[in-house]
Amino acid sequence: MSFEFSRRSFLKTSGLLSAGIVASSLLPDKFLLWAEEQGMIKGRYTPTFCEICFWKCGAIAKVVDGRVMKLEGNPVHPGARGKLCARGNGGTGLLYDPNRLKTPLISTGARGEGKYRKATWDEALSLVADKLTAIKQKYGPEAVAIFTHGTPTDHFLPLLSAYGSPNVGMPSFAQCRGPRDVGLELTFGEGIGSPERLDMVNSKVVVLFGSHLGENMHNSQVQDFAEAVGRGAKFIVIDPRFSTAAGKAHTWLPIKPATDMALMLAWINFLLSEGLYDKEYVAAYANGLEELTAAVKEYTPEWASKETDIPVYQIVETARLLGKNAPAVCIHPGRHTTWYGDDVQRTRCMGILMALLGSWGREGGTFMATKASFPKGAAKPFPEPSKAPLNLGTFPFAGAEGVTQAIRSSTISGAPYPIKGWFVSGTNLLKAIPNQKETLEAIKNLDLLVAVDVMPFDTVMMADVILPECSYLERYDALAVGKGKSLTVSLRQPVIEPLYESKPGWWIAKELAKRLGLGEYFPWNSYEDKIKGQCALWGIDYEELKKVGTITIPNTATPFITPTNPPEFKTASGKIELYSKELKEKGFDPVPRYTKHQQPAKGEFRLIYGRSAVHTFSRTTNNPELHELYPENEVWLNTEKAREMGFSNGDYVTLKNQDGAVSNRIKVKVTERIREDCVYMVHGFGTTSKELKNAFRKGADDQGLITRYAVDPICGGTGMRVNFVRLEKEKNNA
Amino acid sequence: MPKYAMVIDERRCVGCMACVVACKKENEVPPEQFRTRVVEKVEGKFPTLRMELRSELCNHCDNPPCVYNCPTGASYKNKENGMVLLKKYRCVGCKSCVAACPYDARYINEEKGFADKCTFCEHRVKEGNQPACVATCIGKSRIFGDLDDPKSVVSVALRDNHSEVLLASTGTRPRVYYIRKFGKPE
Repeated sequence: MSFEFSRRSFLKTSGLLSAGIVASSLLPDKFLLWAEEQGMIKGRYTPTFCEICFWKCGAIAKVVDGRVMKLEGNPVHPGARGKLCARGNGGTGLLYDPNRLKTPLISTGARGEGKYRKATWDEALSLVADKLTAIKQKYGPEAVAIFTHGTPTDHFLPLLSAYGSPNVGMPSFAQCRGPRDVGLELTFGEGIGSPERLDMVNSKVVVLFGSHLGENMHNSQVQDFAEAVGRGAKFIVIDPRFSTAAGKAHTWLPIKPATDMALMLAWINFLLSEGLYDKEYVAAYANGLEELTAAVKEYTPEWASKETDIPVYQIVETARLLGKNAPAVCIHPGRHTTWYGDDVQRTRCMGILMALLGSWGREGGTFMATKASFPKGAAKPFPEPSKAPLNLGTFPFAGAEGVTQAIRSSTISGAPYPIKGWFVSGTNLLKAIPNQKETLEAIKNLDLLVAVDVMPFDTVMMADVILPECSYLERYDALAVGKGKSLTVSLRQPVIEPLYESKPGWWIAKELAKRLGLGEYFPWNSYEDKIKGQCALWGIDYEELKKVGTITIPNTATPFITPTNPPEFKTASGKIELYSKELKEKGFDPVPRYTKHQQPAKGEFRLIYGRSAVHTFSRTTNNPELHELYPENEVWLNTEKAREMGFSNGDYVTLKNQDGAVSNRIKVKVTERIREDCVYMVHGFGTTSKELKNAFRKGADDQGLITRYAVDPICGGTGMRVNFVRLEKEKNNA
Repeated sequence: MPKYAMVIDERRCVGCMACVVACKKENEVPPEQFRTRVVEKVEGKFPTLRMELRSELCNHCDNPPCVYNCPTGASYKNKENGMVLLKKYRCVGCKSCVAACPYDARYINEEKGFADKCTFCEHRVKEGNQPACVATCIGKSRIFGDLDDPKSVVSVALRDNHSEVLLASTGTRPRVYYIRKFGKPE
């Protein structure tokens, strides 16, 4: 729509008003806004929830004449509280991104060549169904795996289960939260949930191990973070980089990377030996104090100081600060916790600290989830797979989300049985899983790679068949149930009709099921019907939900441990396990033990990575609204090191890792805000998909440099901060 | 008559840029142009560092150089609410105001040929809403209200905290105040 908007045309178009705003779909946004201000057009407001990240914030879309003009936070949604972050505000950038997938595409060349032809939905779906059927006949249904993230999971995981495969891999486990969830489950019998049940607003002291809140933009949690800062809570931030959170901290500890556990163990030892722990709480609720005390004896502040580069006095001072303010101490267990391969044990250390400080389930620490829940509806049970799942690898504590790289290994080796089809929805595997060579090798072995997504991301452009899903603003999805202090249910509903030929995920899944003879697993006509049925079962007024977006079931239970509200720990012993028998039985350390990790050689830097507040993974770099704010990432280099090496701020360099992997060019950010032994970059850049016109080859891809990964033997998490890089000045090609 | 002002509590700003995007969407600001920005300043040497995150926007000065320098009378100070605004139909895009503003708060909308800037979201305020940047501010770092109302959030914040304005020496008398540190007014 090109419409020159001069004063003259403005006058001309306003003349149209007398004839009603008939041609208004041809009018520019500014005019529509003006007309709205004059009361000529009324904006339509539709609540839904956001999908620019996984926090699923309630959003209200303002639609003027069929165009989504703005998104605002829904005041009644607990994750948004009336506010959206930059990415949520920029959600229309995804909706109107000119590079969106517009029609189904079928590959006409070799995989990765990027040659496609447009296809009709019927043609594309039938092709996928035929290939899936062929794989099932030849290898059995287990030979198809699904990789998925976000709300598409609610449609495509049931499809795969109905098809008969148990092999699901979500990067959210082995590349992200897995070790944290497992470590807390082993300690307390449950995880911390998402959004994390942290009572930060009431904390006197908050401890952040690498959690860079503010840059890591989890809406309500960052609201709590700012509130805590405003109320004067003391933050202890442990990070080799002076993050935004470190900028707000009482104490910043620029720790030597890979030594976090040394500090934690020294804290544990100090709290125990000084008697600074909550004796009553530990006596009542915890098991294994003696074993713990004996096992951590060797970890003195002096020892930890040598490991971590943190002065002894700071280790002692911070430990005292924790003890003195207990239980109102919030130890954030992190979220992306796949760092060094001993990540479950590191989380165990944090769990043990929480237990010693008595902060689990206490005001200022963590709170307990509501016990209320919604009843499960009757559904046709999925067929029992005949082969054991291979998605859990050899890891005794792998979670139900699966271990992505275990599926990848089987796809390469064919053992214990071959994997011949990959179904990929809502995740960019090449950017999510370490060692891209292995991913590409696995892809070579496939008979079928199908991708469902909104944008032509790198992995999508490897697919044989691409199915264009419409964006979250154009579709229904499963009801989002939140379990915080109260039970909430939120509705995703379309605010406009799908653009181009894109279709909602539920429709794609249902149509595929029909063609696979699995239609009975999708027994409703439209997804709205399904949601209506669910609402009826749950006692939710659907019409009301459509209007308000989120309904909260008031909760009467107290979220904190009190004499009348004793905690329930779903561990083997029914208590908090300072000493874990379960781990012992499987051959692991029952009390965390320190492992020394390799440090960079001279001239090398450890590669660490994180988030920008305006981007989500590799999924937003092309979004025009967000690309504008942070178009390419930078590599952070310590000022002193930069001087030594002759780099200036803004110079372009390439990074080369220990295995010879070389990055795309990236700008150097010369800064005092980072240690001398590591470099940092924001994750998700350096896309290789030519179809992403804004993002193509902008910045460097951290995942391309993560060729080495340290696997956590407990749960299968891939530690990804174990790569070392050298900086080389970009060769001048001119 | 309300005397509108904004208070920016830098302690609570997390530099998330939600304000920047919300403002652009609310006001249809063209690509590459901004009515507000977040400036990051770091002082010191590793590991003794201090960081300032400062949101900047039009200061809606009580003594506004942009208004005095406007040759066409397009820029004006609204007598009713104190906002510094622009009559776009009178603007010829001469850039006098852009040059006069010591806060670099204005830009020229190249496509449409007039100057533009933050309006404190007058259209929202008229309807009883907060400016878009304030409404979406994740850290509640930006607050907005009427200085003539002693109970308003801005009056309370300025009474309870030490605050400053930017470039006070220029004599512009801004209506955007900054809280930079813990402590009572001096």
